[in-house]
Amino acid sequence: MKSYTLISNGYYGKFGGAYIPELLFNNVDELQKSYKKIIASAEFQKKFKGLLKDYVGRPTPLYYSEALSEKYKARIFMKREDLNHTGAHKINNALGQALLAKMMGKQKIVAETGAGQHGVATATACTLLGLSCVVFMGETDIARQAPNVARMKMLGATVIPSLSGTKTLKDATNDAIRYWINHAADTHYIIGSVVGPHPYPDMVTRFQSIISKEIKIQLRKQTGESEPDYVIACVGGGSNAAGAFYHFLNSKKTKLVGAEAAGKGVHTHETAATLTIGSVGIIHGAKTYLMQNGDGQITEPYSISAGLDYPGIGPLHAFLHESKQATYLAITDLEALAAARELIHLDGIIPALESAHAFAVLPKMKFRPTDIVVINLSGRGDKDMEAYLKFIL
Amino acid sequence: MKTLQEAILRNRHNNLSVFFTAGFPQAGSTTEILGILNDSAVDFIEVGIPFSDPLADGPVIQRSGTQALRNGMSLELLFTQLGEVRNTLTKPYLLMGYLNSLLAFGIEAFYRKCSESGIHHIIIPDLPVNEFLKEHKAFADHYEVSPVFLVTPDTSAKRIHEIDKISKAFIYLVSGNTTTGNQSSIQTEAIRKITGMKLKNPVIIGFGIKDREDYLQACSLADGAIIGSAFIAMIAESKNLQKDIPGFISQIKGS
Repeated sequence: MKSYTLISNGYYGKFGGAYIPELLFNNVDELQKSYKKIIASAEFQKKFKGLLKDYVGRPTPLYYSEALSEKYKARIFMKREDLNHTGAHKINNALGQALLAKMMGKQKIVAETGAGQHGVATATACTLLGLSCVVFMGETDIARQAPNVARMKMLGATVIPSLSGTKTLKDATNDAIRYWINHAADTHYIIGSVVGPHPYPDMVTRFQSIISKEIKIQLRKQTGESEPDYVIACVGGGSNAAGAFYHFLNSKKTKLVGAEAAGKGVHTHETAATLTIGSVGIIHGAKTYLMQNGDGQITEPYSISAGLDYPGIGPLHAFLHESKQATYLAITDLEALAAARELIHLDGIIPALESAHAFAVLPKMKFRPTDIVVINLSGRGDKDMEAYLKFIL
Repeated sequence: MKTLQEAILRNRHNNLSVFFTAGFPQAGSTTEILGILNDSAVDFIEVGIPFSDPLADGPVIQRSGTQALRNGMSLELLFTQLGEVRNTLTKPYLLMGYLNSLLAFGIEAFYRKCSESGIHHIIIPDLPVNEFLKEHKAFADHYEVSPVFLVTPDTSAKRIHEIDKISKAFIYLVSGNTTTGNQSSIQTEAIRKITGMKLKNPVIIGFGIKDREDYLQACSLADGAIIGSAFIAMIAESKNLQKDIPGFISQIKGS
């Protein structure tokens, strides 16, 4: 597996690094030294590939949408990550890291979750592999994502409410890191996105890179071309986008487009469009773009989609943005809802609100009729029924 | 004027430092608390820069930071406050905070302001040694500010020696693998191994030190102790800081 942009000491250009308290040095150091070797080992690969195929249901289909292709005058495909077990791409990473933790001799897992998708995926992987699981979730998110909380509990995870800050994903991440500090010896932290200290951004990208690996193979089979003209994915922390972009990072042909959440608009204070309004700083152990005030206090993001409601962005995306290797567009709540409505009505697919942001990119683009466009449909919308019932019906 | 390191070494095995969050419970509390501490039996003082996302801190310090930010506290305001009282303070005082506050302020501007505010040492838990050497050391040296680094009972001997080499005040030994204010027991054996390493810097123990008993145990193992959460919890409850702060310090020090 190639690592196109990550330089040897854990930075993407000037972004990334491991800005962690000494208390986590040994854990992060151990991970840094062992993750590549374990992931590359025959034992890991055999188990991981087997589980992805028979348990998760990979490869996920690459589906050609006639209706969207006709409407937007291009050849539009979607990568059906929504058909994975547990309903999103998150399981690719959760399972990979849980397996890695087990091979490192850790018996306990801690994770953070926003909407609950990563929490459910982690609880699932832990049940399957016999690991104990603690999930931190903001008190606010617990209230608005009750079905996922019930799923995690049913799967045997201990769900601990985060009471600090505004009690959402950022605070759950802080609390998961604090828990890890206090249980460093026997616990592995399964971070849910391409964020956090090195090696997390690279490790999570590798686990998610299966998405672009499959796209390449499936596209060649279906069109004769292995590189699309566009890959479009939504970006919160950015793990599904990192996975969908990965094998096209070196392509001269493929244009990479990320959709970040503008919330009620990038000029309102209710937004999560980190690259549009953020600046460089440190969040959760990495140097990257983040939403902050002039005093360096991290500000609260807002998006209708709990999975994009994060005030930072993975350092890989900060690097791709700054080096202009990818384009990031800000999509408002209303644009995402309109895109979800269109997908539901044209293709009969109810997308996660996060993924709907990627589809909202379509009307903003000017395609040639021959262009091959792949949109990563990162998750399904079961968890978002409340919002859909309110806005779409 | 003697350096902090000299002061600690002279006072071997009997150093008490306290940590408090600037701007808590009120924005103006910073200078008031500094003044009271300066006249108390405490040996040196750590002033915390409030931050929205303090990863290494437990709930007591988190809450004090959140309140301080609500009070309108900022690093800029803290430097202004320190400027007002620096000539009245005789005890050494340090700044402790997170890297993002420093980056937002500007690296060079931060070290310059420290120097102008009588700050000679800073503690930034999420600033790794290699990053300090690469991005900060030139400015820190120029403005004569030096960092204090954290080590834990699990830090390798090699890293402790590296940290000892570049440290100029003391080594901040975390009592165990814990966030601040946690009731964890001091890892005696591991700490003995570190204090027996013949380091050039004194060793001060912090995190989870809450009362006289902990303080005496820390002093029996190292050169002294730092109390943060327990001190802040007392401040949060106090209706008379002029009386309660010196009382707290004397009770810990037994003086």
